[in-house]
Amino acid sequence: MGAMSTKEKTAWYVGALLIVLYAVIPVAYIVSMSFKSEAALSDKKFFPSDATWANYDEIFAGNGSDLFLPALRNSIITCLIATLIAVVLAMFAAYAIARLDFPGKRLVLTSALAVAVFPVITMVTPLFNLWRQVGLYDTIPGLIIPYLALTLPISIWTMSAFFRGIPWDMEQAAQVDGATSWQAFRKVIVPLAAPGVFTTAIIAFFIAWNDFVFGLSLTSTSRAQPVPAALSSFTGSSYFVQPTGAISAAAVIVTIPVVALALIFQRRIVAGLTNGAVKG
Amino acid sequence: MSRIELKNIVKKYGDGFPAVNDVSLDIADGEFVILVGPSGCGKSTLLRMVVGLEDITSGDLLIDGKRVNDLAPRDRDLAMVFQNYALYPHLTVGENIAFPLRLNHSKVPESEVRERVQRAADMLELNDHLDRKPANLSGGQRQRVAMGRAIVRDAKAFLFDEPLSNLDAKLRGQMRTEIARMQRSLGTTTLYVTHDQTEAMTLGDRVAVLRKGVLQQVASPRELYEQPVNLFVAGFIGSPPMNFLPARVAGDRLQLPFCEVPRPAAVGAEHDGKLLIVGVRPEHFDDAEVTDAPSGAVTFQAQVDVTEWLGNELYAYVPFEAAAETREQLAELDRELDGESMRSQLVVTLDAMSAVRDGDTAQLWFQPTRMHVFDPVSGRNLTRDEEKAAKIGQQAEVLRKRSLERARSQNAQTPAHV
Repeated sequence: MGAMSTKEKTAWYVGALLIVLYAVIPVAYIVSMSFKSEAALSDKKFFPSDATWANYDEIFAGNGSDLFLPALRNSIITCLIATLIAVVLAMFAAYAIARLDFPGKRLVLTSALAVAVFPVITMVTPLFNLWRQVGLYDTIPGLIIPYLALTLPISIWTMSAFFRGIPWDMEQAAQVDGATSWQAFRKVIVPLAAPGVFTTAIIAFFIAWNDFVFGLSLTSTSRAQPVPAALSSFTGSSYFVQPTGAISAAAVIVTIPVVALALIFQRRIVAGLTNGAVKG
Repeated sequence: MSRIELKNIVKKYGDGFPAVNDVSLDIADGEFVILVGPSGCGKSTLLRMVVGLEDITSGDLLIDGKRVNDLAPRDRDLAMVFQNYALYPHLTVGENIAFPLRLNHSKVPESEVRERVQRAADMLELNDHLDRKPANLSGGQRQRVAMGRAIVRDAKAFLFDEPLSNLDAKLRGQMRTEIARMQRSLGTTTLYVTHDQTEAMTLGDRVAVLRKGVLQQVASPRELYEQPVNLFVAGFIGSPPMNFLPARVAGDRLQLPFCEVPRPAAVGAEHDGKLLIVGVRPEHFDDAEVTDAPSGAVTFQAQVDVTEWLGNELYAYVPFEAAAETREQLAELDRELDGESMRSQLVVTLDAMSAVRDGDTAQLWFQPTRMHVFDPVSGRNLTRDEEKAAKIGQQAEVLRKRSLERARSQNAQTPAHV
């Protein structure tokens, strides 16, 4: 690509700006709403005229806190555990798929894909009945298990792609150097696959964090209810008031860990990818 | 320091095709053996079977007299340098070299790890780079790191899988001497795979030539060069390659495209009237204008097509018409040797002083005693002198043992230098 003319550059900047605006405005509007007072919620203005922390007070200390704080805790615990299990299981599965030739390898991959494209809503009703009978209804493990079903297929697919990209020579070199299969895996393959592991972890965490259907249907109380489901049961201070402000504030709060994770791991991913290859 | 014995090693893949067929090879302690052959001859497969990365279909592999067929690579205690070096990109140069030692955390104390890495780095001149990552190194430096990783742990033998093929020509020459120096000073048994016959000739105590998975000849470089067993070995060893000329036996004479020579005693009268293949090395021709033909030499006139002057010598190309019967055979051989010559021509290496230029008619001579005569069907060398070959072999063995002993006594005197 040669040097761009000023005209072309301007066109690119305008285009980029439009796309960024399109993506940012809804989020910015939610942030703005979270700072509006109850009365100003429907004033049809983009910026709050009287910025207030009232909504945040409401969800952290006020009426909403009974609902929001446990939900936040549930969400964090459920998603972290689900991500951890998914990543560890997917790592071994993907390694086997990328490295070994075993009967049923294609079956594992295609069934993983089949599960991934399966409409989530069709699983909810049977699970709801089953969970009530086996006592998993409204528990954190009862959410982790379906989350694994959501996150494992995509984790296996992404990670096996990463493992395939690692030259097999690396591992053979390690074996010749005297490593056991486990040592070769842990000391050579895992560090090399680290960017892949982090990418997968982020994707898995987001999938679990954003889930609404399972959270809503398989939980009922603050024992296990995650944030997205809890938001839907927010109520206003009176029957006639919509809880929009509080929901906006909660939405802003739950976005923070996601943004933070993306920023932290992004560094790792870029660092890992530019880490250097086998030969020049 | 070990002896490696291969006994009737066979490698068959799923389709039953034998990639390596009935190879037997005895590598003495401290010996530098080269496996050489054109691409696809099974040399890398054989090496990978020795190190344990490929299963052995049948036959026995012995290290120090112990059968190791079923041992995992890590239990064979061999060090290998891979073609693409297979350095660990996430580790520094120092950690790459230390890797084999670190695997046995309990056995090798940290101080010794550091000392041994230091020693390997000294030997390979990697001291300035120990904290760098492989990605930031040049090709030659990476190659040295890979060697450092191999020498650091006193393995029983070194295995090299085309270690120089990723380097450019100049660096390849330098690293070749470096490998030779390292092997001589350490005196470690070495098995080295290459398709480059220059590497094979310069590095090896003995060279094993493979063709389509079958061992053709195992001998010292000099014996391969002077007494090849067959057409394939003769064509593979030497650069530029040996010239093959069709020769019709007529009584006690051989009729070549350019001249007639007396029939060597080794070629029996039963060949009378038959077509044979005569092989003459390019460097065995000389320009009669520069050096006078000695007695017994055959002089002939040749129309030179193209010349290449290299400063130290001159290549002259002389086209000729090959008889149809041998043309097919020679073209087939050429394909097998990864070549693709379009015409039959004689290549002669002349003195750089020679005034022969493109299009000239040159007076050339050669000694018929230096030529080889091959059976065109079996490819067997009819003029191979077993007695001479054995003598060359013994001589090479004596020289090898002497240099090995010298290296070991030197090491005993200066233990600091590995």
